[in-house]
Amino acid sequence: MIVVTDLTVRFGGVTSLDRMSVTFESGTCGLIGPNGAGKTTFFNVLSGFIRPSSGTVTAFGENLLSMVHYRRARWGVRRTFQTEQAIEELSVYDNVAMVQEHSHRGGSRRDDVLSAISFVGLDIDPRTAVQTLGAGQRRLVEVARAVVGRPRLVLLDEPAAGLPDAETGNLAAVIRQIPARTGALTILVDHDMSLVSACCETTAVLDFGELIASGPTADVLRDERVVSAYLGTEAA
Amino acid sequence: MLETTEVAASTRHRTRLRRPATRTLVRGGVIVVLLLFALLALPQLLSLYYVDAMTEVAIYAVVSLGLGVLVGRVGLVSLGQIAVLAVGAWVAARLLFATTQPYPLVLLEAGLVTMAIGTIIGLPALRLRGLYLALITLMVAGAVAIVLASTNFPNGGHGFFGYNGSLVNIPPIRRPSIATSDPAYYRYAVVVAILMFLLVFVHIRTRPGRAWSAIRQSEPAALAAGINTTMYKLWAFALASFVTGVAGGVYAGAAHYLYSIDFPAQNSIILLAVVLMGGAYSLWGAVVAGLLSQLLPALLNNWGVSNDWLTILFGIGVVQVLTTAPRGLADQVPKDLARLGLLLARLVHRPAATTAEGEAP
Repeated sequence: MIVVTDLTVRFGGVTSLDRMSVTFESGTCGLIGPNGAGKTTFFNVLSGFIRPSSGTVTAFGENLLSMVHYRRARWGVRRTFQTEQAIEELSVYDNVAMVQEHSHRGGSRRDDVLSAISFVGLDIDPRTAVQTLGAGQRRLVEVARAVVGRPRLVLLDEPAAGLPDAETGNLAAVIRQIPARTGALTILVDHDMSLVSACCETTAVLDFGELIASGPTADVLRDERVVSAYLGTEAA
Repeated sequence: MLETTEVAASTRHRTRLRRPATRTLVRGGVIVVLLLFALLALPQLLSLYYVDAMTEVAIYAVVSLGLGVLVGRVGLVSLGQIAVLAVGAWVAARLLFATTQPYPLVLLEAGLVTMAIGTIIGLPALRLRGLYLALITLMVAGAVAIVLASTNFPNGGHGFFGYNGSLVNIPPIRRPSIATSDPAYYRYAVVVAILMFLLVFVHIRTRPGRAWSAIRQSEPAALAAGINTTMYKLWAFALASFVTGVAGGVYAGAAHYLYSIDFPAQNSIILLAVVLMGGAYSLWGAVVAGLLSQLLPALLNNWGVSNDWLTILFGIGVVQVLTTAPRGLADQVPKDLARLGLLLARLVHRPAATTAEGEAP
C-alpha cells in the first residue's frame, strides 16, 4: 500500500502536481488523465528523479522520498518508461540481469532472470540482442525487468503505447498476473481505456495536477468529471 | 499448471544458454591463431624497425582500449588519454630508477597510481557530458603537458622528480631481464596487452559492462534499474586509467628515454579519431586503432611519405566512418568481407546461389 499525502511538484511557475493525496491499496491500480495531467511526473517522484516541493509518500510503512534514487530499485521500486528504454546493446538476458543484480535479494540470478523472461512470455533465446527485437518484444523486456527479483512497487508508464491491438491484449494478460506473481502493488498509466479496465480493479484520475476521482475502475470511468476532463464539456 | 509450463520454458532456455554457439568457438579459434602468430611468427618475420613499431601498436592498442571503454561503453568523451599515458610512463620510470622491483610489479604500481589520478580527472564527468567533458579533459591534458615540460621525465636523478639536469650520461630506463632485446620486449608488450584486454573483457561481460551500457543509453533507465551511476562512471575512469597507466609503464621500457615532447596534448585528439575509426564499441577496434596510429606512420615513414598526410587521412577517415560505418572499421570490414565472399560465391557457383541467398541473414 502506498499513501500519498499533499504531494506538490512545481517547475518554475507550472504546478505539475497540486496537493495530490491518494492511496493505492494493492493489486493493479490505474492512473489516468489527459496529457499533461501529471501522471509521469508522479512516477518520476516515486522513482526519485524529481524532488517534490512538499508532501509525503509512504510505501509499505517506509518514507520513500528519503531514499536515494538508485537505492529505490533495491528496495523494490521498478518502472518502465513512456518511451521504451530496453538497453539496445545488451541481450535480453543482460537487460533483466542488470536489474536483478542490483536488487541484492539473494537467490540464483539465472533462475530469477530466466523465470522473469518466461513470465512475460518472451519465447526467444535470452541471448538475443535487444536491438534485433520488435517494439512489442522490447516492451516485454522492460516488463521483465520490472518483475525480476522481488519488486514491491511496479510502475508501468504507458506500456502499450504504439503497440498493435493483438500485442496490447498479450501485454494486458501479463500485467494482470504481476500482482499474483510478485505480490507487488502495480500502478498502470495508460491512455488505452480498454487496457486500463482490463487490468485494474481501481483507478485514480488526474487532471492538471489534481486528483479528480478515484475508486473502482468501472465507476470512475462513468464519473461525469472524468468524462468531461477527457472529452471536454459542451459550451452552454 | 501455469507453473509447470513456466519451469519447462525456463529449462528450455537454460539448455540454450549453456550450449556455446559455434560462432563463439570460431571466433575464439581465430583469436588464438592470431595471437600465436603475433607472439611467435611476427618477430621472426619483421625487421627491428617494424618490431619496434609493433611494440608501439601493442601499447597504443591498450591506450585505445581504455578510451574505448570511456567513449564506446559509457559514452564519456575524454581528450586527455595521452596525458594519462604520460603519467603512467612517469610513475613507471621513477620507480624503475629508484627501485629494483621486478618489472611486473612496477607496471602494476604505475597502473594503480595512474588509476587514482585518472579517477580524479574523471570527477567532472559526474556533472558534465559530451563537449564540456571533452574540453575539461583536454585542458587537463594541456596542464599535464606543461608540468612535464618544466619538470622533465625522471632520468636517473635524485629527489621526487628524479631529473639529473644533464643531457649526457643519462642511464636508459631498464627493461625486464627476460626481455631486454627488442623482439623479446615486443613479446612482453603483447602479453601485457593481452592481460589488459582480458581485464576489460571481463568487465564488459559482467555487472559493470551491463551498467555502463545502461548509463550510455539512458541514465534514468540505469537509475531505475538500481545502478549507482556515479560509482560506475568513476569505475570506468578508474579502469581506463589503470590500463593506460600500465601501457605507460610498457612505453617507458620500450623508449628507454622519455621526453615531454613525446606526449603532446593534441595526440589525445588523434587518439580519439583513430579509436572512432577503429570502432569504439569493439575490442577489435582498439587493435585497429593501435595499428592505425602506430604502424601506419611507421609505414609512411619507411616509404618516405610525409606524416602530415596522416593527419589529413585521419580527418577524412573519421568523417567517412561516422557517416557510413558508425561502429568503426572493426565492425564494418568483416561485414564487407562477408558480403564480398557471398558475391564471389555467387559468381563461382551459379546454381548454389539460391541456397547462399537463403542462408543470408
